[in-house]
Order: sequence, then structure tokens, then C-alpha cells
Amino acid sequence: MSKIKAENVNVYYGSKQALFDVSIDIAEKEVTALIGPSGCGKSTFLRCLNRMNDVIEICRVEGSIKMDNLELNSRKLDVVRLRENVGMVFQKPNPFPKTIYENVAYGPTIHGIAQSKEEMDQIVETSLKKAALWNEVKDRLDEIGTGLSGGQQQRLCIARAISVSPEVILMDEPCSALDPIATAQIEELIDDLKKEVTIVIVTHSMSQAARVSQKTGFFHLGKLIEFGPTDKIFKNPDNQQTQDYITGRFG
Amino acid sequence: MLKDIGKNMNNFKQNLLKKRYNAERRFQWYGKIAIGLALSFLAVFMFQIFSKGYSAFQKTWIVTEVHYDKELLLIDAENPSKDDLENADYYDVAYKAMTSLDPGLPEEEDRQLIQMVSYKYETEVKDLLLKNPDFLGKIVPIKLTASDDVDQVHKGNYPRDIPEKNRRVNDYQLQIYDMLNERGDILSEFNISFFTSPDSREAELAGIASSFMGTVFSILVCLAFSFPVAVLAAIYLEEFAPKNKFTDFIEVNINNLAAVPSIVFGLLGLGVLLAVFNLPRSTPLVGGITLSLMTLPTIIIAARASLKAVPPSIREAALAMGASNMQTTMHHTVPLSMPGTLSGTIIGLAQALGETAPLILIGMVAFVNTIPGTPVDPAASLPVQIYIWSESAERGFVEKVSACIMVLLAFLILMNLAAQIVRHKFEKKWS
Repeated sequence: MSKIKAENVNVYYGSKQALFDVSIDIAEKEVTALIGPSGCGKSTFLRCLNRMNDVIEICRVEGSIKMDNLELNSRKLDVVRLRENVGMVFQKPNPFPKTIYENVAYGPTIHGIAQSKEEMDQIVETSLKKAALWNEVKDRLDEIGTGLSGGQQQRLCIARAISVSPEVILMDEPCSALDPIATAQIEELIDDLKKEVTIVIVTHSMSQAARVSQKTGFFHLGKLIEFGPTDKIFKNPDNQQTQDYITGRFG
Repeated sequence: MLKDIGKNMNNFKQNLLKKRYNAERRFQWYGKIAIGLALSFLAVFMFQIFSKGYSAFQKTWIVTEVHYDKELLLIDAENPSKDDLENADYYDVAYKAMTSLDPGLPEEEDRQLIQMVSYKYETEVKDLLLKNPDFLGKIVPIKLTASDDVDQVHKGNYPRDIPEKNRRVNDYQLQIYDMLNERGDILSEFNISFFTSPDSREAELAGIASSFMGTVFSILVCLAFSFPVAVLAAIYLEEFAPKNKFTDFIEVNINNLAAVPSIVFGLLGLGVLLAVFNLPRSTPLVGGITLSLMTLPTIIIAARASLKAVPPSIREAALAMGASNMQTTMHHTVPLSMPGTLSGTIIGLAQALGETAPLILIGMVAFVNTIPGTPVDPAASLPVQIYIWSESAERGFVEKVSACIMVLLAFLILMNLAAQIVRHKFEKKWS
């Protein structure tokens, strides 16, 4: 079942066009990977899904992006409500310079999700457990989040993202700053999370895309070249460019 | 291979290498000389001030004996009450205390002795008895503030070898001084009254209490007006305002405002605060508001710089969690920028602290011999006090000027230290 349906999305940075007529169907409770060389527009597209491009003043998005038949690319949409339902994990771990507890509790606090201290404690614990971080930090929840290791910080960011129970989580190269062990932990985590949420992940690592995703989209120079089941894209792509990129001939 | 490094050295290469080393060595020397020059200027400046000013922290007293004679005090009552002592006539008692230093002096010459102590000596005689009522009828030793001329003679700042008619202390007074000094009746003690007394026309009585309080009140008023306005302006401009020609124009003008000579702000204070709003003249209230106009751009610039220094990843993290612009700013950006903003504020205030010109224009240069209790009482300020004293002819004020500069410098150093501590202690580290 389709969760997000993008049709003819064009994105401009000032006069420069970054995305050309991208149309894509993202299925519910699956992992969709977006791959492609640097500067191909995959992160730009990802940021359209939670309207993070609003932050960039010169950025203009055209076309239609529907989530559960709700138009996301509309002035009337309340981006705060949207981002409550579409979480995001960034390339560089960016926990707040606050305690681990406060980091996870921030979303539920501003969205009024927890009614009491006990409920909040519960949310923090579940989120950290889901992010496979609970055992490592349960005795030091009042330590500063930025004091954790890189991999732990990224899992803390994932815990923060899932604390408000979003329907979709966007991940922008979540493992590019991490070592292989931390990467493996995050990938396992993605596998677990997809039972409950729809995940869109941008990655530079093709092996990672092959490991974690069910669908893969290949971007090149702002265009979506090919989109389909991961197996097919990696084993038998329709497009020559995709074939060349996957086999490492350019990119 | 590193051990082969010398192998390929021909003459040309060797020369090149030598040149490179020499150039670096020369450059380091230039740097060292520059720093050495700067330090020696500072040292000369400090030495000047300290060597001139340290003696102002000592006060010279003349010790004599006073006889609290009931008859001379014109007290009739057997057991005089406090009021009786308060209303008694101390003129004769005080006069006798001084003239007793040289009983042989003819009456018409007595001014010479009286002039050796401050004009307030009668009050000092009175205060001692009020403090110790049981001295009544007794002969007790008393310390009287020496006149600034005797004070300067005692401190060795006054040349004794110039002709008598050019001297403010005549030969007879010097003779008395030497006699007292030999007896050990000239005392030199820590000058408490320098810190507790307001300004005075007499150097030996003048203190910085009035100007110090004036400075403190001005700075507080300045902080109260400039900090909220500047921080709100900075937050709005940095986080909310659209980036267009108009905000660019505002930004340029804020930067220009920081470069406006301070006397212009003084004129503004004179023309607007005093003439239009009729605020009380010569008060720290007006001084503080005028100074806050000067501090405003400094704080705005510091606050904007520290808001800019908050990594965008923190803003993105908050926005992606569904925080509104306002929540992102208030929960994350502003708290993280506070150390920088605060230290910028303190530095701005320290600048305002040393400002003289605008205060002169709004009348804080008036002679104030009361200690202000509120920001709407007339007051001077420390830099203006330095200016006033440096205009005075008496020798006693020379050391006061340097001492006042020392107090001002100490104040400034303390504030800059506070700025450093705020920055280092509260600055948060992010990965």
C-alpha cells in the first residue's frame, strides 16, 4: 500500500533546478532506499517529505507530494503537525547539548504526548529500548547527550525521532559518520523499525541499500532514473546508467 | 627516505632552504618586538599611575590634645544629654586644641596653625565627643585631618626648597610640622574616607563615593535599558526577519551606530531626554539611558554573532522534531547563544563605564558633594570625576586623579574577568 505518493516534483534553488519531474510511490512499512552520486538530489527529495526545505529561503518546491491523500506541498499545511508524523535522522548525529533524558523527552513535551512524569519516563524508556540504546545509558540518563560516542549519539537521535511515534522516518545517510560496528547496529535497528514505520533512507553505500531496503530508487543529476524492488535494481536493472552506477563504473 | 634527505641538496636548494629559515626567524622577531613594545607602553603607563596614585590611599593625620572644657563648650547642665552635646559650641575647644601646639604664637598669627588641618576640624572635635560622651571635662588626644598641603609635605610630594613666597606651606608651618613629626604626632593611615566621602573642594576631604555610586547606578540603568532591547532585536533579526534589502539596511545601520562617536549620543541625550522628556538633569538615570544607546549596537552585534555560531544542525534537529520556529529559538538557539551574548554585554557595559563625553553633555559633570541613593539623584561618575579632579589646581588632587584611575581600572578588569568566566564556564560543547 502506498504511503507517500510524489508526482512531478520539481525543486529549484534560486534559478538552479535541483530536481526534475520526480514521481515516486513509497510503500507503507517498508524501507525505501534512495541512492545516487553526490549532488544528484536524493537528499533534496528527502527533505521535501517533511518540508525541511522551508528552512532554505531560496528553495522552491513544485509538484504534488501526498501522504495518505494529504497534500504536503501546500501552504495551508501545518508543518509542525507534519513533522510530528514524519521524523528525521540526519547525516551527522545532532543530539541537543542536553541530557539524554531531555533529548528523548523533547518531542513528547512540545507535542503534549505525555500526561504525567510516569508516562514520560515510559516513553523515554520505550524509545531508547527501540533504538537499542537503553542498556547502555539506563544508568546515566542525566548525562549530556553529546558526551556519547558517535554511534550512540546516532541511536539517541533515532530514539528522539521515534519518541513521538511517527508514521514515517526519513534518514539522511545516517551511517556515513559511523564505524562498521555502529553501522551494523543501526541497520539492525532499521530492520526492526520497519515493522511499525515507513522508512525512507538516503545512502551512499550501495551494500547498505541492498541490505536494508525493499525498494530502491536511483537518482542522477536531479532525475529519478529508475525505481523498483531492491533485488531487481541490484541484479537486473532496466537502465544502463543504473547498471553502470551499481557496478561502480561511475559515481 | 628521510636519511637520504641531504643527498639531493645542491647549492641552489640549500640557499632556498636557508632563506626560508631566515624569513621565518625574522618574522618571529618582528612579532616579539611588537609585543615587547606594547607591553613596555603598558608598563610605563601603569608605573606612571601607580607611582603617582598609591599615596592617595594613605591619609595624614595631625595628633593634638583637646580639652573638652564644659565652660568653653557652654554646657550648663550637670549631666548633659545627647542634645546638649549636639548643640554645644565647639569653636573655642577646637581652636584651643590647635593653638596649644604652639602656645607662644601671637593671636593674630593663629591662622597659620589652623590652616594646617582641614576646615572640618571643628566637626571632627565634635564627633569625637559625641561618640565618647565620657570625655567631657577631660583632656584627650585627638586625630585631625591634615590639610592637603601638610599631607603633600608628609608624603614628600611637596618641594621644600623653593622660596617661601612661592610655597603654600610657609617656614613657620614647616617648623611646626617637623616638630610634630619628630614627636610622632603625624600619623599616616589607610585612607578610608577616600572611598566613603563624596567629592569636596578640599583635596584632603575629597572621595569617590558619589562618583562610584553614580557609575554603578548608570551601569545598572544602562543594562536595564539596553540588554532586553538589544537581545530581542538580535533574536528577531537573526532568527525571524526575512532576509531582504530592508533588513540589510538595518544591519548596516546597526554597524554604523557602533562607530558613532560617543559625544553624539551625549547631544542626543541632552536634546531628547533632558529637553523633550524633562528627565532630571545630572542623574544616573539620564546618563544610563544615554550610555545604553551606545551599548545597544555592541550587544546586538555580539548577540547576533553568538546566535550565528549555534550550529545549524541543532536548529534542524529541533525543527525536524516538529518544534515551531519560536520553540526552536527559545528552547535551543537562545540558551546556547547566551554565554556569548552575556560576555558581549559585559564588554559593552565596560565600554560604557569608561565613557566621559556623553556624561559631560548631560550634566553629570556637576560638582556633587552628596552620595546618591537612587538613580534619580544627581551624581558624577568615575571617569567624569577623573576629568573634574584633573582640572583642579591643588597638588593634592594629582594623586587623587591617579587613584581614581586605579579604581576605574580595577572595575574594568573585574568586568572583563567576569565576561571571560561567563564565556568559559557556561559555553556548551557540541560534537
